[in-house]
Amino acid sequence: MAEYRRLEINEVGDVTVVRFRDKKIIEDINIQELGQEMFRLIEEDNRNKLLLNFSSVDFLSSAALGKLITLDKKSKAHGGVLKLTNIRPEIFEVFTITKLDRLFDIKDDEADALADF
Amino acid sequence: MAKEHWIWRCDRTIPSDTGAGRAVLCELLGQLQACCWPEHDVFDVHLATEEALVNAIKHGNRFAPDRCVRIRCHLADDLIRIEITDEGEGFDPSEIPNPTEPDRLESPGGRGVMLMKSFMSRVEYNTRGNRVVLEKARGKDADAPRNGDPAD
Repeated sequence: MAEYRRLEINEVGDVTVVRFRDKKIIEDINIQELGQEMFRLIEEDNRNKLLLNFSSVDFLSSAALGKLITLDKKSKAHGGVLKLTNIRPEIFEVFTITKLDRLFDIKDDEADALADF
Repeated sequence: MAKEHWIWRCDRTIPSDTGAGRAVLCELLGQLQACCWPEHDVFDVHLATEEALVNAIKHGNRFAPDRCVRIRCHLADDLIRIEITDEGEGFDPSEIPNPTEPDRLESPGGRGVMLMKSFMSRVEYNTRGNRVVLEKARGKDADAPRNGDPAD
C-alpha cells in the first residue's frame, strides 16, 4: 500500500476513513502534498467511498478548502461518494459562510456518516 | 472614533515568505491569548490574518524576493488592528466575484477576502489596493451574524 505522510487511513467495511496528521492545515507545501495524497486515494487506489474525519484539525485555510473542492470533483468523476465529519464549530462556520456546506455532505460524527453510505 | 489605548504594538517588515508572515502572526496570536481573548475571537483573527498575509505575499508580491510585506499591529483591551501592506500593483476588492454564487461555488479559490470580511469587524483597503486594515472588536461579535454572511 502506498505511504501517506499527511493522512491516516483506516478501512471500515468498504468505506475508507481518512484522518489528518496536521492539526493546522495551512502551509502551502503541506496542502499540496495533502492534495496529492487524497487524490491518489481515488485515482490510484480506486477507493470510491471516502469519509474525511476532521476531529484532529483545529485550523484550515481557504487554500485547503480548494483542495477539498478538487477532491470532491475527482470523487464524483470516478462515481465515488465523499463525506465529511467531526468538523469543529469554528471551521464549520467557514463552510457555512462560503456555502460549501451545500456542496459537501457533512455529518456530525463518524457513526452517522458511516451509516449514511 | 475614541482614541484607543494601545497595550501592545509591533511593526515588522518581512520578505515575501509565508513562513516569515506566520512567525509574526504567531506572536500576535500569543498576545491575544496572553490577554485572555476568547478562543473564538483568536480563531477569527488567525483565519483573517492568515488569508491577508497569503494574499499580500502570493498575489500582491508574487513571492518576489526583492519585495517586502509590512505588518503593523495594534492591540488594545478590546480591539486588535492589523495593517498589512505589500509592494504589488494592488487590486480592486470590489471586482472579486462572489464565491457563493452557484457558478463560482466549485471554484477552488477566491474565498480569502470574503472570509476576512466575515470574520473581522472591519476590513478596509486603500485606494491602490495594496494595503488592508483588519480590525476585530473583542467579544462583541461572538453571537452576531457574520459581516459577510449572505442572506439566503
